[in-house]
Parts: sequence; C-alpha cells; structure tokens
Amino acid sequence: MTHAVTRSSRTSRIAAVVGVVLLLGLSAAPWWAGRADMRLMGEIFLYLSLATLWNLLAGYAGLVSVGQQAYVGLGGYALFGLTILVGVPAIWAIPLAGIIGALVAVPVAVLIFRLRGAYFAIGTWVIAEVFRLTAAQVSALGGGSGTSLPADVVRAMAEGRDAREALAYWLALGVAVLVIGLAFAILRSRLGLALTALRDNELAARSLGIDIWRTKFIVYIATAGLTAMIGALIFIQKLRISPDAGFSVNDWTAFVIFIVVIGGIGTLEGPILGTLVFFALRETLADLGTIYLIALGVVAIVVMLRAPSGLWGLIRARAGAELFPISHRVRGETQQGDR
Amino acid sequence: MGELLRLDAVSRAYGAVVVADAQSWSLAAGEALGVIGPNGAGKTSMFNLVTGTLSPQSGRIWFDGRDVTDMPAARRCRAGMTRSFQVPQPFGGMTVFENTLVAATQGAGERGAKAEATCLEVLARTRMMPKANVLARSLTLLERKRLELARALCTRPKLLLLDEIAGGLTDSECGSLVQTIRDVRETGVSIVWIEHVVHALMAVVDRLIVIDFGRVIADGEPHAIMASREVREIYLGLDADV
Repeated sequence: MTHAVTRSSRTSRIAAVVGVVLLLGLSAAPWWAGRADMRLMGEIFLYLSLATLWNLLAGYAGLVSVGQQAYVGLGGYALFGLTILVGVPAIWAIPLAGIIGALVAVPVAVLIFRLRGAYFAIGTWVIAEVFRLTAAQVSALGGGSGTSLPADVVRAMAEGRDAREALAYWLALGVAVLVIGLAFAILRSRLGLALTALRDNELAARSLGIDIWRTKFIVYIATAGLTAMIGALIFIQKLRISPDAGFSVNDWTAFVIFIVVIGGIGTLEGPILGTLVFFALRETLADLGTIYLIALGVVAIVVMLRAPSGLWGLIRARAGAELFPISHRVRGETQQGDR
Repeated sequence: MGELLRLDAVSRAYGAVVVADAQSWSLAAGEALGVIGPNGAGKTSMFNLVTGTLSPQSGRIWFDGRDVTDMPAARRCRAGMTRSFQVPQPFGGMTVFENTLVAATQGAGERGAKAEATCLEVLARTRMMPKANVLARSLTLLERKRLELARALCTRPKLLLLDEIAGGLTDSECGSLVQTIRDVRETGVSIVWIEHVVHALMAVVDRLIVIDFGRVIADGEPHAIMASREVREIYLGLDADV
C-alpha cells in the first residue's frame, strides 16, 4: 500500500478561513473602531510581532536573549536619526531601520555566539546596555533625556491626525502579518525543519548534517532586523524616544518573555494566545498598580509549574490541534497516533 | 575494494585519561567492522573522533579519499557518514516521520517529494511505518533505537556507525534488529558497530577490532579474535599468566 504525506488538516483549513476574515475585519478598523481602541490594537500587533520573533530566537534556535531591547531601541533611534539628521521620510526610515538592525546584528552575533546558555543571555543584556549608554551620548538626539519627532516629520507622514493614526495602525497590523507570515514560511521550509530539530536536540541535529552556527546566525540576524523595524514602528506611535524608553528591558524583553512562556514556547500559536492573555490582564488589572505586576508574576509562576509548555501546550495535548499547518502526516495504512 | 575510512595515529586525552592512543586502523568500502572492548576503553570516543564531535590532539582521519580531520561534524555527515547514538537522541517534539525528514533534507540534501519518498522507504525498511505519526518522545526503547537507525539511513550514508544499538533489547527484539542491519549491509553501506551483545555482532560483521585504554589491541577475523587470549583476559578476567 502506498503512503502519502499531507500537511494541512481540517483545523488548519478552518483556521486559515477564520484568519483571513479576521484580517479583513481588522484592516477595516479605522472605519469601525475609536482612536483609543486602534492604539491599543496597534500595540497588541507590535507585541505579538516581538513575541513571535523572540519565540523563533529562544523557542526554536535556543538563543535565549534577554537583550532584544537592543534592537527595539536601535530601530527607534534609527528612525529618529534618519528623519531628523538625514531628512529621510518616516515611512522610508522604517525599512531602513530594519536593515540597520540586521547589519549591526552581524558583528554582535559573531561576538556573543561564543557564549553558551546563561552566559549568552547575560551577554545579550550587556550588549543592550552598551547600546543604551551609547545612545545617551548622541547629543544630536537629545543625549540622556531623549528627543521628540519634529512636527514637520510627523505631518509629512499623512494629512491630519485621523489619517496618521490609521497609518500607524495599518503599519502595525502589516508588520504583525509580515512577521507571523515569515515565521510560518520559515518553519514550513527546510530551514524550519532544521530549527525544530535544533529546538529538540542539538547534538543529534549536528550529527545529521545541520550547520548549527549558520542556522542560528540566520535566525539571529533576521529577528534583529525585524525587531529593529518594530522598534521604529513603536516610536512612530509614541512620537518620543529616550535611552531609557528605547532600551527598556522590562517593556521590550520581560513582557515579551512572559507572553511567549505563558502562551507556549516553541509553537507558532503560543505567542498569539500569550499576547491575548497578557493584554487581557493588563487592560483589566493595570489600574491596580503594583498588584498588576504581582498578578503577572503569579500567572507566570503558575503556568510554568502547571503547564511548562504553556497554555497552547495544554490545548494541543488535549485536542491535538494545530492552527498553522507545519507538521507532516503520513497517510496510508492505519497509523498509530492519528487524530 | 577501496578504502573508505582510515585513522592515522589518532590521539586524544582528557588530562591523564587517554581515550585514543595513537589509534590506527582502516575500513574497506562495503566492509562491516565490529568494535568491542571494556567499558571506558574509548569506543564511543573513537566514534566522536570519527564523526567530528571530538577533535584529535594529533593524527589524521581520512574518509572517502579526503582528509576530514578538521571538517565539522555536520559536513562529515553530508559527506556520507552517520552515527546512531548509544543513548537515543530523538527530536522528541517531532513525529517519527519528521525525525527522518530532518535527516533526508539536511544530511542527504534531498528536497520535497524525493526526501519524503526516501523517508517512507526507510520507515518501511526499518519497520517503523506504523509509528510514522507518533511523537518521538513517546516511543519505547526498541522504537527509539529503530528510529536512530532509520534517521541515520535517511542521510544516505556510505558509512554507518552504530553505537550499542542492540543494548537493552530482548532476544527477539535484538534478532529482528540484526536482520534489519543485515538488510542495510546488503545495500552496500559500510558499517562500524560498537556492541556488547557479541552474538548480535558476530551475526553481521566480517572483521573485529578490540579497543582497550584507547589502543587497538587486536584486529582480525571475528571468531579468531573472540578465541584470542587478549579478549579472554578482558572479558573473562583471566590473568596474563594463565
């Protein structure tokens, strides 16, 4: 009897349809949502993108970086530098920020890839601090106290405040679609197979012909570039940057790790679920001040103890569901483990 | 037949512990070589040196006409040598099929339908087809060992290095595994097999080397080696003057 290999399932086909409908609805948000809701949704998309990238990095490539704020801040500063000092239109400064992020990541990768495990994590944090201290030395961009995006740069983006808000929203939605689409394409490809193997067992991966350094390098550079692009978008929304805001380990790394860990590290669906949970908690509890942060900590601890593979891990173990068709199924004779 | 693998005075030590002491031996293409020796003799270290997860401090390693001494492990695999691990190292979160697909796409450099066809063929050959969609972390020991073998075969190796693949199996499991390995040999793959289960080894190999303290202390026809004095000293604990 012959066998065939399939990748999509009924769940993934339904998810694709729901995803497209959801995306159409979200693209039309400027016509149905208020300004505050759009800002919140824009922020959700940017955090979703950061979380998806950190998941690729830590969840698949095993690069547990606690210094991704280096690239968020770098992207933000690239935006301000290019628009204020060079006169590049803000729209063009966004992809340029991404390219700058990727280029800067090359020597950084060569340097910190010499470190392993916890040392790597600390190394990435140190690099981010170096970036922060360097940014504080750039007096043309306000030094330690930072600077605002000049009114003419902001006005040149779009006519009127509503149009600007809509543009910022679409850019955030666009980058989220780009990042998730790219992560999906990577994980489905030959490189993704190598990455997933790396996630599970580095020794075996190496012995089966996977060039580990090269694979990690590609992922690190790609995530750095995209993270810098997201950084530019974050500060287009904020209109103001300072070294402490741009290179904040809390805002751009700790919350992102929280999202990925509670959602389910090493799955594409995990960060999506995690982002929703994070914002649900934030929107309901943020007014309580310190209690909100305590609640986040408690949730993180409970999830790590009770469901180490995250909330999506729980769902997957129960239902075997997969929204993104990445895995392979062999069809033919009766297979054990079929669902 | 040409020479496929040659070790030329390969040495490696961890401080005072010598795992390879000027080791020299070679393997002809198509040959099946068994490796025995007491625990800690340096058998697995020899595999690590051959496959590139451990670098020698001196000596050269030749594979398929090339000096591979400085070649990284991943490239040696792509050049045609694969190993199975003594303690199975599955990709736990991937299915059995995906485990083999990693080997076919990365190790053999195959793509798309061709890689899938290779995997399906190997899964059938190693009797793992019924488990194709099972996550590797939920496999039994025998299945894990079979997966090690299946994955290694999917890299389309010229040289297969098996590290105690029969250890810990029941007699009937061991028998069916031996049959599978004989089938692999029929396809022209050269084999180096480290094994404590001597009867399994004897059913497959046509030459045997004995390693102790990182040195090759005997090399020759399996039955003659097993009957030799050195081997009986090591395995039966006989004194040298008996």
